[in-house]
Amino acid sequence: MSAHASLANSPKVSDWLDFSQEGELILHTGKVDIGQRITTALALIAAEELSIPFDSIIVRKTRTDLDPNEGYTAGSFSMQHSGYAIKKATATARHIFIKKASEKLNCSEEQIEISDGQFRAAGTNFSVTFWELLSGVSLDVDIDEDVETKSPSDYVIQNKSHVAKGMVEIMTGKYQYLHDLKFDNMLHARIIRPPHYHCELESLNSEVVNRLKQDKVFVVKDGSFLAVAAEQEYHAVKAARRLSQAAKWKTQKQISEENIYSQLATNKKASFFVEKGCIPSATRKIPQLEKLDESQHVTVSAVYQKPYHMHASIGPSAGCAYYDDKSLKVWTHNQGVYPLRAAITEAFNLKTENVTVQFVPGAGVYGHNGADDAAFDAAIIARHIPKHSILLKWTRDDEHSWEPYGSAMRCEIQASIDSKGKISSWSHETYADTFLTRPITGKEPASRMVSSHYLEDALPWPIAEPMMVPHGGIHRNMEMLYEMPQPRLVKNRVYDLPLRTSALRTLGAYGNVFANEAMINELAERANIDPFTFRLNHLKDERAITVIDKLRYVMENDSAEDEQLGRGIGFARYKNSAAYCAIGVSLSVNDAAEVILHDAYIVCDAGEIVDVEGVRAQLEGGFIQAASWTLYEQVLYERDGIVSRDWDSYPIITFNNIPKMHTHIIEQPGMPYLGAGEGAAGPTAAAIANALKDATGLSLRKMPFNPDAIMAAALEE
Amino acid sequence: MSEINLLVNGQNLSVDTDPDTPLIYVLRNDLDFKGAKLGCALEQCGACIVLVDGEPTNSCVRAAAEFEGMQIETVESFGNPDKMSEVQQVFAEENVAQCGYCIAGIVCSVTALFRKTRQPSDQQIKDTLNRHLCRCGSHSRILEAVYRIRAGVAG
Repeated sequence: MSAHASLANSPKVSDWLDFSQEGELILHTGKVDIGQRITTALALIAAEELSIPFDSIIVRKTRTDLDPNEGYTAGSFSMQHSGYAIKKATATARHIFIKKASEKLNCSEEQIEISDGQFRAAGTNFSVTFWELLSGVSLDVDIDEDVETKSPSDYVIQNKSHVAKGMVEIMTGKYQYLHDLKFDNMLHARIIRPPHYHCELESLNSEVVNRLKQDKVFVVKDGSFLAVAAEQEYHAVKAARRLSQAAKWKTQKQISEENIYSQLATNKKASFFVEKGCIPSATRKIPQLEKLDESQHVTVSAVYQKPYHMHASIGPSAGCAYYDDKSLKVWTHNQGVYPLRAAITEAFNLKTENVTVQFVPGAGVYGHNGADDAAFDAAIIARHIPKHSILLKWTRDDEHSWEPYGSAMRCEIQASIDSKGKISSWSHETYADTFLTRPITGKEPASRMVSSHYLEDALPWPIAEPMMVPHGGIHRNMEMLYEMPQPRLVKNRVYDLPLRTSALRTLGAYGNVFANEAMINELAERANIDPFTFRLNHLKDERAITVIDKLRYVMENDSAEDEQLGRGIGFARYKNSAAYCAIGVSLSVNDAAEVILHDAYIVCDAGEIVDVEGVRAQLEGGFIQAASWTLYEQVLYERDGIVSRDWDSYPIITFNNIPKMHTHIIEQPGMPYLGAGEGAAGPTAAAIANALKDATGLSLRKMPFNPDAIMAAALEE
Repeated sequence: MSEINLLVNGQNLSVDTDPDTPLIYVLRNDLDFKGAKLGCALEQCGACIVLVDGEPTNSCVRAAAEFEGMQIETVESFGNPDKMSEVQQVFAEENVAQCGYCIAGIVCSVTALFRKTRQPSDQQIKDTLNRHLCRCGSHSRILEAVYRIRAGVAG
């Protein structure tokens, strides 16, 4: 069995490739396109390996009964998982087809040339297509992972500019989102949520319910779960308002308003020493924090803090479901159709073969946002109203106040340098709530769905176990690539925190890299060594050295660079196993204490590049999203609920503050793919903090770096 | 329910709906123009923007009945996959979209801008785009595409 998870689950060529439509190659994948353009990358890999035109390749949207189970589309793993699998599957297929073509064309395999989906015997006019050969070949064979793949020197398609799959449809309003689904007999649904997590339904005015029913509105009440459904979407919108007025809620407890960073430090927690390889140890005792001799070493201590962040998708989550008294079909834009199927199967006590979950694109999710819950909610409603397709849309308010946020974090670092400016000690204690409350097959997945706690047969809120895998969640990217004595890294999984949390793009890496790389700059400053050289002095990894060298070159040679601007850099290799990313920023601070971004310099090594446009979009988009988190965002809440319920109370970056992008991708043809989707975020936060220090002399250690924070820091100086 | 007559993408269309129904629901559900997206229903994000008498206009709050007698244009009217408008073409070639949910509204606003002037100032461009939120971080790409259209190097 393959060590590669995707190939272990789906070992046959026919699990991935389907030539049954004349002139087309259909790719099966378990990874879904959430705007990161994995469909484009997979089609390019197949087009390159098989010499079939890119436009003739169709990438299926994952469905549980037809496509490989590749778990979640997460962790920047899509290229390493599905990309690798499609590469090996297409290469295996190419060898099978070439053999058959040589028989058909009466020539040797070496004489076969392939282009545009056709095999030709060199120097002749004899040719045959994949589809003409199909009757004589079986693709029901094991993928050969040692198969000879196309030499990068022969590439003609990869790493060139292509118009991405779906791009033209997006521009012309023809791209079908889940929100656009239309079925006969369909009902539009809305839900009515309690004021906050810890409420239950006390009463529901039955007169209002009856009047709604007279107006042909379906009312669903299941415990404290309330929903309405109607043929006309706006009827459902209005009905939800009316039902909301008719509901009385009982508060079991209030949301704790105690300072979140104090809670992170003092609440009950599970603490783990993080060993080499960024692996938490269940057994090893956490060593005492010691301070080196002051006569030989300079020691710096700092606490870095980030608040709760939202996924804050532009489109509120949606889900669609149809139940016919036996089987349930669900349409979702979440990142894992198989785990969602497991949750639904368990919740409704259905047989796995009677539940089908189909991916349909939605607005970007960036992790575990409301998409899974919205699909589950649609399924609940469909079970109450069988034989109607239920298209449920969450409202902006639902999404902002009920999605699982990225946890607030507190990072305490104490580090020393010796007289030569080398790091002589490093301690980093990171504190956060869980980053994984996604449904996981086999681990009571139903209890991970938010509405499961409000149904008549309510499930208790689960307490997520600490993730103990390398770079798992809270401790992701705590360990750095820099050479130093064994660092003291401690993961603190903190309990009893106020808000619902789960996976948000990069999990703990964003906070940890921000803290690490801000401290690296503080040490460089104490050592009186420039931040590039200081980093390079601690690196042996050639690829890390290359991206930092390149960043220095790019920033030093930007002739437009204004002397007045503050400049800062940040670097990390995501999970120490995915893309290397070095980020530079130039910025200024205006009279209103607002940060104005001028330039973003991005240098990335993501291994072999398949879709250069897609990689650039991920890096630049990652920069902009992380800049938004860093400068503007924090979830506000009080004892009676979430306060950030729209775009005014949860501002994000706008077109007014977008820097000029200078993006450089290091070419690594023939090297393994390294996921690039999350690499930019952590280094971006650090680069902004370090540039702010350069511009103002202020050390900003608590996000967001908004005018209030900058003025407060200035007053403290 | 009452009959509302709308001029959408050059066609006179009538629908039977509650008179308070916001325009976006009529466009998407009754008339099947699904390009415009429901984002916040608060006139904050711009995903629902269409053109009304040539002006970028939020469609998520104001009732469809208020738009009778006005010329409504949605993203579908500018071009189709076989023949895109200049803005659509350059946006596609520049691969500006990631998830794409915000794009239909942005295409509408940018189309209106270039109808008014071929040489919008940087400030006019930012003012136009500032009505739109994007979460994937496609801003820099969208700006590059708009600058390219302004420079007249489309196609």
